[in-house]
Amino acid sequence: MHKIQVLLICFALFALSRVFLSFRRGGMPVPHLMVWVAFWAGVIFVVVQPETTSTIARVLGVGRGADVVIYLALALLFYLLFRMLGKIEDLERQITRVVRAAALRDLDAPPGSDDDKRPRA
Amino acid sequence: MGKNVIVIPAYNEETTVAQVVRDAVRSADVVLVVDDGSRDRTAELARDAGAVVVRHAVNRGLGGALGTGIAAALKLGADSIVTMDADGQHRAVDAGRVFERLAGGDIDFVIGSRMLRGQGDGEGKMPIRRVLFNGIGNLLTYMLFGVWVSDSQSGLRGLSRSAAEKIDLRTNGMEVSSEFIKEIRDRRWRVAEIPIPAIYTAYSMSKGQSFLVGVKTAAKLIIRRFIG
Repeated sequence: MHKIQVLLICFALFALSRVFLSFRRGGMPVPHLMVWVAFWAGVIFVVVQPETTSTIARVLGVGRGADVVIYLALALLFYLLFRMLGKIEDLERQITRVVRAAALRDLDAPPGSDDDKRPRA
Repeated sequence: MGKNVIVIPAYNEETTVAQVVRDAVRSADVVLVVDDGSRDRTAELARDAGAVVVRHAVNRGLGGALGTGIAAALKLGADSIVTMDADGQHRAVDAGRVFERLAGGDIDFVIGSRMLRGQGDGEGKMPIRRVLFNGIGNLLTYMLFGVWVSDSQSGLRGLSRSAAEKIDLRTNGMEVSSEFIKEIRDRRWRVAEIPIPAIYTAYSMSKGQSFLVGVKTAAKLIIRRFIG
């Protein structure tokens, strides 16, 4: 076994431990747990048996197994990036809605007036 | 006579907001300043000058502030709403002219255009760089939303109550200007453009859209058009 394989397996195991930890703390729904476990298990499998990627490469018509891994990793990263940008955009809109609702309350009880029951900043 | 409300979004505008409000109260029944999370005395000075003030706890950007301003104006019972900038680049008399145009009842949306010739000619010309950026803004707005207006980025706009009730602003930043234009198309609004002078001072130049902000705004618009 090459050093790079040992290194990658160690990292995958570390990532798996983080996944389980975050699941145990209740921060992760079961479907996410399954996706991440499958992902890192797949990584370990490919690292231990690199020839399998060559088989996939032949089936897909890509030159080398390592290239298949890079292409898939890039596609996955871009997908996750877009998901995150969308999520951030959603969050921005939600923050605006909350801030707006609070601001509109100023009309009912102007700040500083006797009716102003908002906590002081 | 309907109730006329001027909405002024303001972010750290303590140098100009008081004067802008004092002028504006002469052209409207209510002047409403949306303090968009300023860290200076914008809210206090606006209130002292005679404005109704609502405050954002944190800065949300021009689009967020305008959305809040329109919602607040409706809550105050506005029949016509005019938005104008807090940096002093719009004249209150022009806001008054927008109200007059809306009072006819045949128009849903009015744009105060710095690019049209007419009243106020010679009083203020846009710097050539601004004319160029504005042209790009108009072109981009046209390509993305299919509506041509002479000044898509103008901050002086008028909305009838029915238009204000229907509008659904989703963007938080500067790209809101083009979003108004998009609403024109989606809601088939009847639009009028009235010429206004562009008053550019060193102060308003420093507060306006820089080239970088323009690029960012354009990028956001394109992204929103295709995946938003």
